[in-house]
Amino acid sequence: MTMPQIEIQIIASLVAIACAIPGVFLVLRKMAMISDAISHAILPGIVVGFLFTGSINSPVLILLAAATGLLTVVLVEIITSTRMVKEDAAIGLVFPALFSIGVIMISRNFANVHIDTDAVLMGEIAFAPFDRMVIAGVDLGPQHAWVMFAIVVLNLVFTSVFFKELKISTFDAGLAASLGFAPVAMNYALMASVSITTVGAFDAVGAILVVALMIVPASAAYLLTDDLKAMLMISVGFGVFSAISGYWAARFLDVSIAGAMATMSGIVFLVLFIVAPHRGLLSIMKRKKRQKTEFAQMTLAIHIHNHSGKNDDVEERRIGHLAKHLSWTPDFGREIVRQALKHKLIRLEMDVISLTGKGVKFVKAANGLITSKYHPEFETLRKEFIIFAD
Amino acid sequence: MDQFEFFIRLFNDYTTQTIGMGTAFLGLMSGVLGVYAFLRKQSLLGDAVAHASLPGIALAFLLTGTKNTLLIFAGAALAGWVATFWISGIIRNTRIKSDAALAIVLAVFFGFGLVLLTFVQRMENANQSGLETYLFGQAATLLREDVTAMGIISVFALVVITLLWKEFKLMTFDEQFARTLGFNQKYTDLAINTLIVLSIVIGLQTVGVILMSALLIAPAAAARQWTNRMSTMVLLSAVFGILSGVVGTGISSAGNNLSTGPVIVLVAVAIVVVSFVFAPGRGWLARTIAKNQNRRSLALNKLLEALYQTCQNHRDIKHKHSINIIKAVPGYNQKTLNSLYEKGLIEITGDNQWCLTDQGIEIARESIKPGRSGS
Repeated sequence: MTMPQIEIQIIASLVAIACAIPGVFLVLRKMAMISDAISHAILPGIVVGFLFTGSINSPVLILLAAATGLLTVVLVEIITSTRMVKEDAAIGLVFPALFSIGVIMISRNFANVHIDTDAVLMGEIAFAPFDRMVIAGVDLGPQHAWVMFAIVVLNLVFTSVFFKELKISTFDAGLAASLGFAPVAMNYALMASVSITTVGAFDAVGAILVVALMIVPASAAYLLTDDLKAMLMISVGFGVFSAISGYWAARFLDVSIAGAMATMSGIVFLVLFIVAPHRGLLSIMKRKKRQKTEFAQMTLAIHIHNHSGKNDDVEERRIGHLAKHLSWTPDFGREIVRQALKHKLIRLEMDVISLTGKGVKFVKAANGLITSKYHPEFETLRKEFIIFAD
Repeated sequence: MDQFEFFIRLFNDYTTQTIGMGTAFLGLMSGVLGVYAFLRKQSLLGDAVAHASLPGIALAFLLTGTKNTLLIFAGAALAGWVATFWISGIIRNTRIKSDAALAIVLAVFFGFGLVLLTFVQRMENANQSGLETYLFGQAATLLREDVTAMGIISVFALVVITLLWKEFKLMTFDEQFARTLGFNQKYTDLAINTLIVLSIVIGLQTVGVILMSALLIAPAAAARQWTNRMSTMVLLSAVFGILSGVVGTGISSAGNNLSTGPVIVLVAVAIVVVSFVFAPGRGWLARTIAKNQNRRSLALNKLLEALYQTCQNHRDIKHKHSINIIKAVPGYNQKTLNSLYEKGLIEITGDNQWCLTDQGIEIARESIKPGRSGS
């Protein structure tokens, strides 16, 4: 690896870390699309900031552009509060307007801003190592790495100092307000952090792909854990992985680096969407199938119970009859009988089914569950009687 | 060329004619379909679908090697479709909420689109592809066959909407009720979503993938302020859409070939701002006026009641009081007093004395009757 390559990967990782931290809170607060709005709306702020400072990495520019991000949030809130349109429409009106103003400023070569619209969309991380931070003649590395490092530190400090406040106001804004934790102030502080991060990352990955690094790793982490701290760490991990693997994929295929990073984050998400334990598609499908057979065993046991004892009816208890009475396909019926036999809920004599002692208990418990007003989890039944299912 | 000249030339020049017709179809289509997206609270779905169509555009070009309008439309629509499916799949199957699902699909598809786009640009015939214009839109690239394709799709959409007007309307306002009446929710949803995707797709060449969603929402959001009727809203929204498309294209052609997308969006947003301020009833101006009127009539009533109570302390209700007494009455101010006088509810005699008129007494009695609000 050459030096610039290493530097690009360091910058990319810092961008991913900086984005993942506020991203987790956006996902949990159901405000993910605000990051989309902010990432578009900062554009005119960047152009105007560039007019004043002449440098894309200047802290003044970052603050000015971040202020535009906050302005977006405030505008959306004002428009929503008039109740003339709903919040989603307000978001959808405000950011395209601001973004359009930014694009027109750039394409009219406003103030000789040397940003082209490609850079707006894709970022220029490949060129980031050329901007050096030189203090007293000593080369301290790429300027952009220092900017992103500062933003990472800022986000880390903000998140750890206000962790309790952020956590409570995210999960229960009412409680946070009653405990005096100022959820509104927390909200604006978070929006400020999102805005600053977006402006800092904008130069590297472009406006829209900031959204990928904020929302996608956090959502993927949300599929894996219920713990806020774990979710923060996992999303930082996914973010860095997407950034670095995206960089190499882009080099290999000679395509947009930022685009490849977003694509990699999407692949990570897709894989977890399918295979995540408990919450992935596969385990959902498996669980649904298991619940179906368990419920069918319950139906079978109740059916047999209804036709035993006082109302004994051997015909109703024949295997062949199940298809007719319970509208099961013969295959499904056989499978359920097999399962019920395995769990020792029923006995089979010459195609006639009868309940075992355990089966009778199962029916009583199931009846109790169905008829009681208070419904304990079906899981308790399962644990007691069908524990050997898997 | 100034704007006026452009609109004159619209009817003479072949190219401008083409572009004008194209943007008119686009405005019509997005105006009409935008109403459904807006009322179904799917404003941001349009944003996700528009961004997500980028890989479809690039793939259509990569696979066929041509820039045939219908093929590109098909590619974009297909990608938009896959995006809506994935979004609803994420929402249905995981605890991830709709906002994050939209953001995920939007960003990932768009990123993948950029990957494909840069890949296309590396190819030999890169210069002919001109796919970058799909990012911000370039009306100047519209050809007659593009406009024909847009026209066919718009007419198709309008026919479907006319035929399924009742179903769409019911499904938009009361999905549960529609289902109890036996309308098939799945197919109606499918039809509306397909039309919304189509309306986005036909705008990509002119407005671009990044800003197309705004053209979908803005005319509808503006139209919503002027009316409470669905049919009027659709018509108004179509007019606003056409206006944004044609005027925006005019301005951008006049101004050194700016990308048309941003200009059209700004025109559409300007219409929204005007509607927010000036629309009767819902608009800011109308509401402010109504609020002030309300406040004034409340103040008037309050003062009148207070004066009446002062008068009641005398046996003769028409007993004249000195004007200075009024100043001590709660709710007194000169303006309110003047309007009471103008309305003929009090009379003032030459020697600075006042009393309530018969009409004033009657209104005051009416307003302090038990069960009415007020003192």
